[in-house]
Amino acid sequence: MTATQIIQLYVFVLAGFVGFLVITKVPPLLHTPLMAATNAISGISLVGSIVLAGGQYGSVATILGFIAVVCAMTNVVGGFIITDRMLGMFKRAETKSGPTDTTGAGGAS
Amino acid sequence: MSFLLLIAGLPTAAAAAYLLATSSTGASLDAIGGRELMVQLTYLASSVLFILGLRSLTKPDEARRGMQLAALGMVFAIVGTLLNSEILTYSWIVGGLVLGTVLGYPLGKFVPMTAMPQRIAFSHMFGALAATLVGVGEYYHGIQVPDAAGIERFKMGAIGFEVLFGALTVTGSFMAFGKLQEFITGRPITYPGQNFFNLSLFAAAFGCFVWLIIHPESTTVFYVMLAIGFAIGILMVMPIGGADMPVVVSLLNSYAGLAASATGFAINNDVLIIAGALDGASGFILSIIMSKAMNRSFGNVIFGAFGSTVTAGAKTAEGLVAKSISAEDAAVQLAYAGRVVFVPGYGMAVAQAQHQVRELAELIEKNGGEVKYAIHPVAGRMPGHMNVLLAEANVPYDKMYDMEEINDSFGETDVVVVIGANDVVNPAAKTDKSSPIFGMPILHVYEARSIIVLKRGMNPGFAGIENELFFDEKTNMLFGDAKSSLTKLVSEVKSL
Repeated sequence: MTATQIIQLYVFVLAGFVGFLVITKVPPLLHTPLMAATNAISGISLVGSIVLAGGQYGSVATILGFIAVVCAMTNVVGGFIITDRMLGMFKRAETKSGPTDTTGAGGAS
Repeated sequence: MSFLLLIAGLPTAAAAAYLLATSSTGASLDAIGGRELMVQLTYLASSVLFILGLRSLTKPDEARRGMQLAALGMVFAIVGTLLNSEILTYSWIVGGLVLGTVLGYPLGKFVPMTAMPQRIAFSHMFGALAATLVGVGEYYHGIQVPDAAGIERFKMGAIGFEVLFGALTVTGSFMAFGKLQEFITGRPITYPGQNFFNLSLFAAAFGCFVWLIIHPESTTVFYVMLAIGFAIGILMVMPIGGADMPVVVSLLNSYAGLAASATGFAINNDVLIIAGALDGASGFILSIIMSKAMNRSFGNVIFGAFGSTVTAGAKTAEGLVAKSISAEDAAVQLAYAGRVVFVPGYGMAVAQAQHQVRELAELIEKNGGEVKYAIHPVAGRMPGHMNVLLAEANVPYDKMYDMEEINDSFGETDVVVVIGANDVVNPAAKTDKSSPIFGMPILHVYEARSIIVLKRGMNPGFAGIENELFFDEKTNMLFGDAKSSLTKLVSEVKSL
């Protein structure tokens, strides 16, 4: 193992730890958007796919890379759009002191 | 949030400036360093943005903006990668990006919320396929191309992990997708010796994995391992029933993340390692939450084939009669109720009745009643499934309550309306030790003053267990399709 690989293991463990701390605080309310979001983020495989598709590693690697780019990009585009669409639907109840009530009392004075 | 954006954007801007400065002076050695620096800084920025994006999901009000930041992080990562000096031709990349966008847009924009579980399973398949193909490509490039330098052991381990987990996630997600879309039966498919056979496959795959680390050049072993990985995915999900899908989908989410992380180790890319670790942690936590909500261990979900047979000794409904109620009477009960709790289940999703539920709730509120929604963690087919459906129907999220939040207040509830939920309200989980769901945390619906259950017929739920709640003297059954029953209730309440 090289020094870089050791550092990569550190990165992995610490990132997993950050993930654990952050995600345990996500309320069940947003668990489906969370799954959609992690799906979109897993499209990060795109980074590897792009290098495989564009590097000169021979035609087999190019074709595998191309398919991988398509799959990963589909996840990225579809995943972020659907997450946004879902989160857009979560709204609070309109408070009882709505705009119609407050304008008469507070707005005029 | 804009402040955070600034923090994340700064290194990128600095790197861009540095790149421009070094490239214009024509210092060729420095220019490569500058380019690499910029690539790494864009990756750092996108890692920060991903974490901020996920963190924003802890607060519903900030979630949308946060995820837009995460999307920006993805743009950074893509742009950074395109600057990679190993890339010589862009035609395939651009083609792939365009095709992916064309395919992804409708998958994001037009898939209905009711189809969300299968949509998520489907995209796990895509994500894992991308990771698997990158792994195969890396292996092929390292071993089979003439004059290849070979693959050292650590990298081989990473590729092996990536390909094995990737492959089983591809086919496993496909099976989950099939079961949720119902072109594969949702009932568990079992045969004698199944667990033994699956475990032997796992052992064989592990054997191949170890062999490859010692002898990376054994191409046959590599492709055998790939094939076993695909087989495990199919065979592992086959015996798992529809009601256990929340655990499976979460677990596959975790695997897809881990496969991406392994890709990062294989190609020396930190942003892949970080994003993959975040996804892996997320899927893992969700599957633990789901397992707990069903009072079952991972092993039990995967090897248990729950629901395939009715366990001997569980109480049956013989001799008990459920009371049925007309829509008119139920409407009267609801119209004058002070506190009402709706308990949605998978049946509501199937009937797509969420809009009628909201309509009925608004009428009750108009009459002065208070309406809440009680959501069990495993109601539906994926974590948070009911919340999304209700949100789609414009139910405000502050009226949706988790099991722990609402369980103590069922005693003061006048009417509970159970819509297509069964096992999550079955008191046998608390009282009947012989029941297969004994010990599973449930919604304490039985404590309410009266209960109306909307149900198609008297057949038992997904777990194949009779539900005593339906025979409780406080319970009235309103038989029929949830959507048409609710529509009737709405018009009856209106006409009162």
